[in-house]
Amino acid sequence: MNQVLHALFAPGFFASDRVHAALVVGAVVALVTGAVGVFTVIRGQAFAGHALGEVGSAGGSAAFLGGANPLWGFMGIAIVAAGLIELLGLHRPRARDVATGLVLGAGLGLAALFLYLDATSSSTTGVTVTILFGSLFAVSQQMLPSIVALSVVSLLVMAVCYRMLLLSSLSSDLAAARGVPVRAIGIAYLVIMAVAVSLAAETIGAILATALVVGPPATALRLTKRPGGALVVAGLIGVAAVWLGIVLAYDSYYWPPAGHGWPVSFFVVALVFLFYLAAGALTGIAQARRRRRWETAPRLAASGCAEHPGAAV
Amino acid sequence: MVNTWIAATLVAVIAGVVGFFVVLRGAAFVAHAIPHGAFGGAAGAVLIGVNPIAGLGVFAVGGALGIGWLGRRGRHDVATALALVLMLGLGALFLSFSVEYAAAIYSLLFGEVLGVPSDELLPIAGLGIACIAALAVLYRPLMLTSIAPDVAEARGVGAQRIETGFLLVVALAATMTVPVVGVLLMFSLMIGPAATAGSLTRSPRNAIALSVLLALATVWLAVAVSYLTYLPVGFFVGTLGALSYGGARIWTARRRGRTAPV
Repeated sequence: MNQVLHALFAPGFFASDRVHAALVVGAVVALVTGAVGVFTVIRGQAFAGHALGEVGSAGGSAAFLGGANPLWGFMGIAIVAAGLIELLGLHRPRARDVATGLVLGAGLGLAALFLYLDATSSSTTGVTVTILFGSLFAVSQQMLPSIVALSVVSLLVMAVCYRMLLLSSLSSDLAAARGVPVRAIGIAYLVIMAVAVSLAAETIGAILATALVVGPPATALRLTKRPGGALVVAGLIGVAAVWLGIVLAYDSYYWPPAGHGWPVSFFVVALVFLFYLAAGALTGIAQARRRRRWETAPRLAASGCAEHPGAAV
Repeated sequence: MVNTWIAATLVAVIAGVVGFFVVLRGAAFVAHAIPHGAFGGAAGAVLIGVNPIAGLGVFAVGGALGIGWLGRRGRHDVATALALVLMLGLGALFLSFSVEYAAAIYSLLFGEVLGVPSDELLPIAGLGIACIAALAVLYRPLMLTSIAPDVAEARGVGAQRIETGFLLVVALAATMTVPVVGVLLMFSLMIGPAATAGSLTRSPRNAIALSVLLALATVWLAVAVSYLTYLPVGFFVGTLGALSYGGARIWTARRRGRTAPV
């Protein structure tokens, strides 16, 4: 048993403080992004989620240049961007697509500016790159309370708006007819997403925060049709990916070629992707089996029953 | 400096034409994801000592095909996001292996318009012509599947094949222009001018022409100001793109007394 443990967990894993911090922060972030992400996927706003992460990195760089904590700069600009996307986007999906694209383009331009200023004002290799790719093992202990507090607040807000959010995500016309303030919910939701993405970016980096906001929720929605269940499953899948990623990253310390470990963000993203594919394979097999059952029951097949209409995720 | 103007002009023309279809199909995310993810391929190429542009091309094409395949079985934006982060994750992995070449790779993010070597101009022009030729050939089915997908399906136009073809054109455009204007810029140049053109005119041919003109204006202005201020070109392209679209929307709203369609 000991030998199995030694093989799975490199020595010092359970004793390391950085690993503890990474596990706790990673789990908290995975739970929040999983819950928020379910609505992102249902609303088809994966692009906005990604855009907020990249625009936020401009704010994070600016904050760092100004001597402030990157997290607040990140969140500030991400929230502003969320407001702009909603204001410019109207209701047509293509208009929203263009609006997101333009806000992202302007934000990236700003990021280019800050990267340039940062590179010329100091000799560091670039705080922007660190913000873009991040490192879970470098999370400071002091940020942990803020991260947990922000996560809890986001989840509470979502819990309070849950029914309105769900209805306006599934059918905005029906929601409007029932008196739900669709526009306000839309803006509020983008702000929550900005906060969640900022928290994720602080840990695994802005670019890869997209993975946690989109991957586990999409996987969960493939496995269960109930939104409430999907929220929980998405969080669990996210935590699994992050924890397994941490273990692998720690174990990889002595792996070739460089001898300083493979990035944890790579492992997390690869696992998220694999879980998504696995869920796809499972649902594919289940659908094939169901189809065969219908086909071998001639009475039912003759009555023309259609394949179970589920939204592909 | 002449090389810079020529390169910028070539890139703007390609971006203007391809961008029109990107905005029309609501494919801004894909247009961003393919060049962005391709950056991971450049990092891998540098690692094994191959020309970064080749690695870029491989990941761009791979990404396009991957997005097409994943998009068939699931939501399109989820497919794009996951393909993007996987490619970037691989890029992060490759970057972690080779610290000494990091600078060359970072320049791929934001481009080196102000320092384009002469021997790169011909390949850029060649691939640009290939992109535009491909779009000319695909023009009718592409327009049909973009505007009226049901009619296209009824007429037997293979939407999947057209989609794959379109994604490959985007990958091609990204590969040749990314080294010049950078991963994060190419996308701005494709969206801003085309979106502005689309909100100013209804006719496709006018929109494509206007899109190219606006892209040229944007790039020339950005290069000029960047040259004078030493600030990065990408900053001006992104800002100009957003401003011109905002301006066009306000102008058409005032003219017609209601919000203009996109």
